Amino acid sequence: MVAGGVTKFAKAHPAMDFRLMVKRAYDYALKDVPNLTSDRIDGSRISYFSDHFTRQLKAASMVQDYLGLNPKGSVRIEWGGATGGECFQAAYEAVASGRMDVCLAAGFETMSRVATWKGNEFIALASDTNFDFPLGGFYTGYYALMVVRHIYEYLRLRKFADVKDEREAQRLAIAEGSRIMAKVSVKNHLNALHNPYAQYPKRLTVDDVLHSEMISYPLTREQICTMSDGAAVAVLCTEERAKELTDRPVRITGVGCGTDTMRLADRPFGSVPLLPHERARDYEDLPYPGIHSFRAGRSAGIEAYRMAGITKPAEELDFIELHDAYASSEIQTYEDLGLCKYGEGYDFVERGDPFLKEIDYGFPTPKAGAIPVNPSGGLIACGHPVGATGLMQGVFAFWQLQGTIPKHFRDPALQLDRPRRGAIHSHAGTGSSVTVSVLERGFR
Amino acid sequence: MSVRPPTFVKFRDVQAELERSGAAIFRDADGVESLVIRNPYAISYIHSYAEDTPFFLGLTEGRLRGSKCRKPKCGFVYATPRSHCMVCGAPTEWIDLPTRGRVHSFTTCHFGSEAFLKETPYNLAMVEFDGVGSLLLVRLKDCVESDLYVGMPVEARFDPNPKYSITDVWFVPARPSH
Ligand SMILES: [Zn+2]
Repeated sequence: MVAGGVTKFAKAHPAMDFRLMVKRAYDYALKDVPNLTSDRIDGSRISYFSDHFTRQLKAASMVQDYLGLNPKGSVRIEWGGATGGECFQAAYEAVASGRMDVCLAAGFETMSRVATWKGNEFIALASDTNFDFPLGGFYTGYYALMVVRHIYEYLRLRKFADVKDEREAQRLAIAEGSRIMAKVSVKNHLNALHNPYAQYPKRLTVDDVLHSEMISYPLTREQICTMSDGAAVAVLCTEERAKELTDRPVRITGVGCGTDTMRLADRPFGSVPLLPHERARDYEDLPYPGIHSFRAGRSAGIEAYRMAGITKPAEELDFIELHDAYASSEIQTYEDLGLCKYGEGYDFVERGDPFLKEIDYGFPTPKAGAIPVNPSGGLIACGHPVGATGLMQGVFAFWQLQGTIPKHFRDPALQLDRPRRGAIHSHAGTGSSVTVSVLERGFR
Repeated sequence: MSVRPPTFVKFRDVQAELERSGAAIFRDADGVESLVIRNPYAISYIHSYAEDTPFFLGLTEGRLRGSKCRKPKCGFVYATPRSHCMVCGAPTEWIDLPTRGRVHSFTTCHFGSEAFLKETPYNLAMVEFDGVGSLLLVRLKDCVESDLYVGMPVEARFDPNPKYSITDVWFVPARPSH
């Protein structure tokens, strides 16, 4: 990867349609690499999630057109919430296969074109329309079902095992889980105070998060990402081209993709596919994935780590930008990606591992800096213009590894100390498809 | 003569004006003006339940039907029916599910998609059944958020005036069994 650009994510960009948003991000990326001109780009992969939002079919062709890339090759990528991550990997494959030397990955979404609850309806159409959608089709509801079970498996059955009254034990466990999820939300919103691209940077307390409006029990408004307008682009190329274009390239060393059943109800109760640092006895009595964990995320991680030669992800990754559409799914994803074992996600937050060392979050984070998760602020604070989101993560990871966060954010606070390797994670549906890509500094 | 629509600096006011007259101008902080119009869209699909049909017709008879893999060595039982087995690929046969189960997980939705906003708050539950390998997502009625817990016994109810939708079945807290 040699260049990236992002438009500031916002609730609405009425003065820019999707073509202009992508153009702005594209021009930013090109300007950052003086040797990189439009004529050196061999083709593109262009992503957006929903034709319902654009109400313009073949919108990707209009982007290709507006950027002046005709008659070069281009394909539209759609893969639910993981659309951006999949687009990133599609561009990687276009280069790795030898088909292109330089490939543009560009993504966008314009979700402001309908009212929020209509937008929720469009998103919920990405659940089974025979069995799931007509019940009240609502993604926050699905994620609430998942986290209630996650809390049951890992807090009720462990931390509150001694409480006799079942209902009381579950309520105590949910209160505990909610308090810890709120810390994730505080982290991501606070990190974003230093990210000028973020839609909702703010200083919050755990109580602010817990007392914000209840959307679907136990998930409150501040634990959920929002609808956004935005675009992001990444320019990927061969190593030879990279050397010609920049002295700060970033190498993509691992790509992985996993899938699972469209319906949450169909997820099996089997055994955990293990990462190299795990043993079968760690999970002897754990029905997996059920509805509490994301097997697709685990599969994507296994594939990407194997390719990148990673055997202990928590030690060998310096940071990760992951798909925190919900504070709950950030915690679930720590476990899927092996940053901690299944069941340890809540303790992982309590210890402080995913927090940044230099930021005061208003509560103790003793192990802060161990492996910063969503140093940019993630989806919760940056916004989630679906087709752009996975590419936004790619751009933020790219800048981290280049060491150019201070330049692009005009604020040095979020720049990690010479990170060598990071990962990005893009997630769709109720976990029906997930991509993980590993990026490494490609220069000394 | 100007027939420009009215101009607003708050996007919320633009949205209100679209409801009133169908057109408005939004002027942003940089003074850039954007013409915004209302653009309605409605459609009725011709939707066939196809291979899932026996499930939905079952609901009209007060029957909750799952499916079971026909391959004896597999025999996977599905609460949410599939006409082919996801484990081995063999065709499945229709079976009657128990009408009693337990809550595997739950939530209360205080918001929802636009189509369901007027029904909030409503409870969703994943229901598990003895001897069945997968779950069924349903509405849970006759109870409130504070009543719900994982493991709660529940039983099915059927709409006597079916709408030919998954909402023709819902669950309620089970009466104590004898
Ligand atoms: Zn089978």
